[in-house]
Amino acid sequence: MRPFEYVRVADLSSVTAAMATTPQAKFLAGGTNLVDLMKEDVERPTRIVDITQLPLKQIQRTRSGLSVGALATNTETANHPLIRENYPLLSQAIVAGASGQLRNMATNGGNLLQRTRCNYFYDVAMPCNKREPGSGCAAREGLNRIHAILGWTESCVATYPGDMANALYALNANVRVRAADGSERLIPVTDFHRLPGDTPQRDNMLEHGDLILAIELPVSAGEFARHSHYLKVRDRSSYAFAMVSVAAALDLNGETIRQARIVLGSVAHKPWRSAEAEAILTGRAASEETFQKAAQAALRDARPLAHNAYKVELAQRSIVRALMRAARLA
Amino acid sequence: MSQDFDSDSQTELSADEAALLHAMPALEGVGKSRRTFMINSAAGGIGLFAANLLAQESAMGAMTLSPDAATAPVKALNVVKVALQINGASQTLELDSRTVLLDALREHLALTGSKKGCDQGQCGACTVLVDGKRVLSCLTLTATLGGREVTTIEGLATDDQLHPVQAAFIKHDGFQCGYCTPGQICSAVGLMGEIKRGEISHVTEDVSKPMTRLTTEEIRERMSGNICRCGAYPGIVAAVHDAHSGQQTAQTWGFATPTQLAMSNQEDGHETV
Repeated sequence: MRPFEYVRVADLSSVTAAMATTPQAKFLAGGTNLVDLMKEDVERPTRIVDITQLPLKQIQRTRSGLSVGALATNTETANHPLIRENYPLLSQAIVAGASGQLRNMATNGGNLLQRTRCNYFYDVAMPCNKREPGSGCAAREGLNRIHAILGWTESCVATYPGDMANALYALNANVRVRAADGSERLIPVTDFHRLPGDTPQRDNMLEHGDLILAIELPVSAGEFARHSHYLKVRDRSSYAFAMVSVAAALDLNGETIRQARIVLGSVAHKPWRSAEAEAILTGRAASEETFQKAAQAALRDARPLAHNAYKVELAQRSIVRALMRAARLA
Repeated sequence: MSQDFDSDSQTELSADEAALLHAMPALEGVGKSRRTFMINSAAGGIGLFAANLLAQESAMGAMTLSPDAATAPVKALNVVKVALQINGASQTLELDSRTVLLDALREHLALTGSKKGCDQGQCGACTVLVDGKRVLSCLTLTATLGGREVTTIEGLATDDQLHPVQAAFIKHDGFQCGYCTPGQICSAVGLMGEIKRGEISHVTEDVSKPMTRLTTEEIRERMSGNICRCGAYPGIVAAVHDAHSGQQTAQTWGFATPTQLAMSNQEDGHETV
């Protein structure tokens, strides 16, 4: 690991100064991804700003719903009674990821910011536009079994690997961000991560010095509480990243679908919300046939790479299964 | 220098070993020869086996280092000072900011129970408890732990009493080579707290309801962050069941009797080589 200067901030007012003069400064919270990437020499911060003492751990009701602190751990979040009761999809998604140890360390803000697990991104001997802009993409013609089938470009075929964010996309969460100048803004989580375009080095919309304060869940997302399901398909049954995952949420009126949310994980550079699938489901009766139509629509634009055509079929079947379980038909 | 491992006579110590023993008197008496250890284990069964492990544990736990033994690099960069509790004792360390907890424990405090497996958060061998919760020490920067309480495998036993999870691992043969064992045990201890708090897992049927029963499926899922390359998983699961339920389930193994040993040395009536 390269040397870095360690700074601990105790309150929000100190954050700006700690980040201001050092473009290579990074915030550290749980460290489960950043410390690993520093050991691998992928991340090379010259200053680490430890934010673990900031008062951002609370999970509390607000007028608009529930505010989940950026520094609450994944474990605390998945197990919070209000989340288990009102947003069980989020609890399910969180505990589908990582291990007990990692979830005890990982924070919600850090989880949103986790980086791809593309093998070529991790291998500093390989070209990678995300790690070293302009160096090329080794995965495009390399071993790309785990890579994207949607939204990729010639410059990057990496996927966003997380689970928690998939549920947040389905629940229309917002991300509360504090800018370096102290101002706050809300970013809809569906706009938080980016597609690669020709600047894959930028995973998301944050600027240097931006700090995630909280994730806000709207009251309305509680309408999915009774009919949601998080399905994760992976090479082994636990402690592995997804090949494909699905966050499915239905708001049912009897058998009729009032509204639906479908998000695919590990198929694109960001969680992939399918407006096409949601449009097909809305207003129709919940049935396997309808779910199959929705699944086909979600994958219509898929462009598989040399080694991941299986993901197209797998994603469709996963959508159907997740919806069947969400509707309690299976 | 030739070494005769079968000799009953006391092997002479090298100058290095003698110096080490002098520096760490608590170790004296722990380093029994492998042969004595095996005889004790075979004769006394699990009791002596456990007692022997316990002797090592408590010796390690009681070990105090001379002031200059906590060896910060001679010219450390970005030195950070951290005051924390480790196994109940206050420690103040001056470390290179890059030092992860695992390296602080092993290299600076001589607590080598926590093991370095993958060193990138994938194997669980380095699992320790911070404020009672299981975490990976290989991905935890020590600098972030000011005021926190760390418990390692060396801190689980109390006086002459193994932690129930340690005893259960021995009883149910929850290891073979033993390398992943400290992490497995710390992880299992953390798991017990999670169950007490009613925390859910990926295999919990309904996350909106309280978690009630620690099934085999739940244990397997919850222990999945600890990899065992020997494949001692059945014993590990049995040990967690045992320690959690508090009911003494039957030990499923035993040391071979002399008759069984003699039998196993014969195959189809012929002595094997």
